Amino acid sequence: MQNQNNKRYSRREFLRNLSLTALAGFSLSILSSCSKEEAEDFLQKHFREMTPEEKKHVIAKLEERYYRKYGKKFEISTKEALPNTLWGYGLELSRCIGCRRCVYACVKENNNSRYKPQLQWIRVLRLKRGNLINLENSEHYYDPPQVPEKGFIYLPVQCQHCEDPPCVKVCPVHATWKEPDGLVVVDYNWCIGCRYCMAACPYKGRVFNWAEPNIPTEELNTSVHYLGNRPRMKCAVDKCTFCIQRVRNGRYPACVEACPTGTRKFGNLLDPNSEIRYIIDRKRVFRLKEDLNTEPKFYYFFEA
Amino acid sequence: MEKFRETLKETWHFYRRTLSLVVRGSKAYYAWCFFLLAIVFVGLLFYLKQHDLGLVETNMTDQVSWGLYIANFTYLVGMAAAAVLLVIPSYIYSFKPIKEIVVLGELFAASSIVMAILFVMVDLGRLDRFWHMIPFIGLMNFPKSLLAWDVLVLNGYLFLNLLIPIYLLIKFYYHKEPNWNFILPFILASVPWAVGIHTVTAFLYNGLAARPFWDASILAPRFLASALCSGPAIMIIIFQIIRRISDIKIEDRALFKIAELIAYAMFINLFLLSSEIYQVYYSNTSHIAPFKYLFQGLHGHNQLVPWIWAAMAMNLIAFFLFLVPGTRKRLTTLNTGCFLIIIGVWIEKGPGFVIPGFVPDPLGEIYVYVPNLLELMVSFGIWAAGLLVFTLLVKVAIPIETGKFSHVSYIERTFRREEEDQAWK
Repeated sequence: MQNQNNKRYSRREFLRNLSLTALAGFSLSILSSCSKEEAEDFLQKHFREMTPEEKKHVIAKLEERYYRKYGKKFEISTKEALPNTLWGYGLELSRCIGCRRCVYACVKENNNSRYKPQLQWIRVLRLKRGNLINLENSEHYYDPPQVPEKGFIYLPVQCQHCEDPPCVKVCPVHATWKEPDGLVVVDYNWCIGCRYCMAACPYKGRVFNWAEPNIPTEELNTSVHYLGNRPRMKCAVDKCTFCIQRVRNGRYPACVEACPTGTRKFGNLLDPNSEIRYIIDRKRVFRLKEDLNTEPKFYYFFEA
Repeated sequence: MEKFRETLKETWHFYRRTLSLVVRGSKAYYAWCFFLLAIVFVGLLFYLKQHDLGLVETNMTDQVSWGLYIANFTYLVGMAAAAVLLVIPSYIYSFKPIKEIVVLGELFAASSIVMAILFVMVDLGRLDRFWHMIPFIGLMNFPKSLLAWDVLVLNGYLFLNLLIPIYLLIKFYYHKEPNWNFILPFILASVPWAVGIHTVTAFLYNGLAARPFWDASILAPRFLASALCSGPAIMIIIFQIIRRISDIKIEDRALFKIAELIAYAMFINLFLLSSEIYQVYYSNTSHIAPFKYLFQGLHGHNQLVPWIWAAMAMNLIAFFLFLVPGTRKRLTTLNTGCFLIIIGVWIEKGPGFVIPGFVPDPLGEIYVYVPNLLELMVSFGIWAAGLLVFTLLVKVAIPIETGKFSHVSYIERTFRREEEDQAWK
């Protein structure tokens, strides 16, 4: 009996030692496989909780990493919102010819992933004349030899930068928010990839990096904003920022510049002399899905 | 100090004894556990691939951005909530036959929550940033985000459903009367809490104006009703397995009572669903599109149609099987009804609920989502993991409930051993 007891005890002891060793080995291997840089990434704070020094440190680290990865020197801006600014967008439906130049200019400007899948922040819908509101009748993948086509109108849609954005409301971790100048931005390093914001957005304003993003090195845009077009990572959400890297430096968004027909307008809603205010005051404007009370700052309009 | 050391020693003994109880069993027990472990392992391999390459390995896209994982999650939250159906009559009305098995029901709820949480974890793109959701450590968007609410209530429910059965089992182990003043508040709290987890999960979908399919105020009650069908149905099956492979006594009477409750719940479920369908079809606004996609097919896309009609038929047949006392009180028809409900409700509130929310998408695009092999294997892995957790919990719980595994037997054995030692000397 004594003997048997000993045997049982030693077997138990053995099992316990084995499991403890396995546990120790497992955690050690995780710790050792994790470099200092990875540990730092893992513990990186939310962008809005960083002190200016911490921001500087993160930017320097990121610039170095981009240099290592792409062999190019990046300028990463963290420029804050300009005072007394609320950005608004105008889009003249009667002018749009559906050429999608805005779509591709946007992809290029914003360092979006190119292949499998290509992430596009602007989507141009083709609607049969006589339709506008019921988007179920829209065609997203029209591909005629020439645009515009007879009998159709085109409705470009992108993030509408709502004043009351449902995507911001639902994010469980505050990874997305509205800046003082009205831009809805994402901290790509804080996003957990739950995609609740994508379910909540009525405009399909958000896309997801389902795979590691890929950008041809020669097409990289090295002038970037931390909350905007910096090259992004796998499994985080991203979206149109009205080209935050441009508009905070007094430039137009890339889509406005790329449009060959002058369909796209942009300006400060708080400036009574801005182009966007001129449009709101004098044209027939409407906003998409106004009935959802999200208060978009994206105004569609018709001539006169 | 002495008392503390004594407690510590006792705890250590208890821990060691449970561990040895868990690792020892019959051939069938080993076979079952290794079978589950093998599925978990395969699921894990597939998950690692997804983790390395990204969610692109699934069939989800920007159009249908939640799929099979979130469908399973929704279903399992319902399973967990259904434990109340056993808790209410047993603790509050002291319905004897159910009282004996309520601990098993609660352990099942705990296992379901574990599965539900695992399904959220595999759906997250950045599991490495999971800590951002932890209160005080991360940056939780509470109370605005319903997902933040869900994290809190699900973990709270998991805590309750581990605390209550484990406390009771330990008391049984020591042959002591549970301190009802301590545990009853937790038991009472678990009832509204169960309603809460499923309500919060319904609200998660409910408040999104972008998704008319989910934007129905009837959703939370419908969720509860369907949960009170599927959860108890799976438990009726599990209880029959348990009483066959162990000495635990579960009376037929208890099973029939549960089945009767399922019949009422199923009636409410079907009633709420038909109210919703009436409203959508009679008003016939553009919000009908996802319903058409689900029930009739939309613009030639009818992937979900056979599934949902199969589910409707299963739920209806099961309802009548459980309504009529003759079929309810015969084990063959009872079990048929249970299987029909488990599958029927899974289709209805799993894929049949999550996918039409995304089709057509807010800009009117129809994307046909069908889960791929990886999503299926990861899902099977999680189901197997949950069943394994439940098996191990039950492996300890049953001998305690039948009195085979108790402090007394341990003391007796030590006493006998000491006597034998003395005799040796």
